[in-house]
Amino acid sequence: MYWINTIIQGALVGGLYALFATGLSLMFGVMRIINLAHGDFIVLSAYLAIVVIDGLGVNPLVALAIVAPVMFAFGYVLQRGLLNFTLGGDILRPLLVTFGLSVVIQNALLELFSADSRRLQLPFLEMTSVRIGDQLAIGLMPATVFVVAVVVIGAIEILLYWTDLGRAFRATSDDIDTARLCGVNNRNIYAMATAIALTVVSIAGVLFGIRTIFDPTIGPARLLYAFEVVIIGGLGSLWGTLAGGIILGIAQAIGAAFDPSWDTLAGHIVFLLVLLFRPRGLIPKTFGL
Amino acid sequence: MSLLQTEELVAGYGDFQALFGVSLAIERGETVAIIGANGAGKSTLLRTICGLLRSRRPTDVRFDGIPIGSLEPEQIVALGIAMVPEGRRPFPSLNVEDNLRMGAYCHRAGPWTLERAYALFPNLAERRFAMSPTLSGGQQQMLAIGRALMANPKLLLCDELSLGLAPIVIRDIYAAMPGIRAEGTTLLIVEQDIQRALRVADRVYCMQKGRVTLQGRPRELGRDEIKLAYFGV
Repeated sequence: MYWINTIIQGALVGGLYALFATGLSLMFGVMRIINLAHGDFIVLSAYLAIVVIDGLGVNPLVALAIVAPVMFAFGYVLQRGLLNFTLGGDILRPLLVTFGLSVVIQNALLELFSADSRRLQLPFLEMTSVRIGDQLAIGLMPATVFVVAVVVIGAIEILLYWTDLGRAFRATSDDIDTARLCGVNNRNIYAMATAIALTVVSIAGVLFGIRTIFDPTIGPARLLYAFEVVIIGGLGSLWGTLAGGIILGIAQAIGAAFDPSWDTLAGHIVFLLVLLFRPRGLIPKTFGL
Repeated sequence: MSLLQTEELVAGYGDFQALFGVSLAIERGETVAIIGANGAGKSTLLRTICGLLRSRRPTDVRFDGIPIGSLEPEQIVALGIAMVPEGRRPFPSLNVEDNLRMGAYCHRAGPWTLERAYALFPNLAERRFAMSPTLSGGQQQMLAIGRALMANPKLLLCDELSLGLAPIVIRDIYAAMPGIRAEGTTLLIVEQDIQRALRVADRVYCMQKGRVTLQGRPRELGRDEIKLAYFGV
């Protein structure tokens, strides 16, 4: 029973990791941008939520209703005004620019919010749990995070496969010139992709901030998890990303069950094993690449 | 006013100049073929008209009287010029139907719909949910034409329709041309197969080394005249 519990808790955390990875996967799929500032955008969203909560006295989920559109707009402007200019040439350019963004965001957050650890408070969600049997209880918070992850990934799947915009994402990812000949403004499509990616990031960031403490410097570690999830699940596959998140979550939970300091290590080991034996991931390629 | 007019069009790739003052005029409803050897600049000409390459001066290319030389491809297709690119270029991660829908991305009104495209190419209707890389070369060419038609263009540019296809397949594809012309669509066709070009076109331009060396109606052009314009010997 102990192990079943461990696995379930790990899988639920995996939902959060999948959310971390979804935006990264979307930006890479559409534009081949590896966004090294991805983790810092997650942290930035959490701090934005703090600003909204302090300013309006609302709870974190209400704050998300403001943070999400702000991040959408920020993503659009960021892509249109900056990242678009890094595309089309050397692959190093977007890497360097997003790496620079990462440094800037971390330092700006340190300057504005200090290095103290913060947390978003939502006692109702954190404290409530549903008891299943004698020794098994599922917290409302992890369950909510997992359900949100499934809903978000499902929504992006629908967007990609059932809408004009999603079709344009896939077509542009395949062949920029031919997509433009069909009337696609690729600069706008890229901006929409980043806007949507950062909207997902804002959801991930707020849920992350409710779940655990954060400070301005922890972005890169979230980026690492996001990377691992994408690689484990298979590049370009969103359901693979969910599977990758669950696997990483379970690996960390099992590692932590042996020794609390092993959780991250166990995740890395599983990631390396997948890279070794299934380098294309578990569910490779449904769009892009 | 001609539908499409290029005037002393100069274009190229970076420092490499490929077109040296190409002037041509295409009237509404015409089918015009451009013939010429490899490297004559035929594809460069089409790529410049549809906006993938920039001409040196914006007024080099006029469509319906509007200078389009400085417009982006997505703006040009919205004005009514669609392109069937060389090598067909279907979107590999889209199925047949999504490829066709991409063609209608600019939402131009007109006669061409999914149903009409399938009626023109029944082969595609049978495979509407197949991923485009699984199609045969001929089916991919039909898909590329169908996709371009979905933009309801006034002017359809076709680059090397017969490239790499079996003669019987080429015949099937050219059999669709009268149906396209019947909608009033103007056609500009680049073709290596001279006989094919002379048969389908109202007028022919022959290009060599980035210049127009001969033009006229197929009936009025002599064999030797074409040979001279084509090879320059």
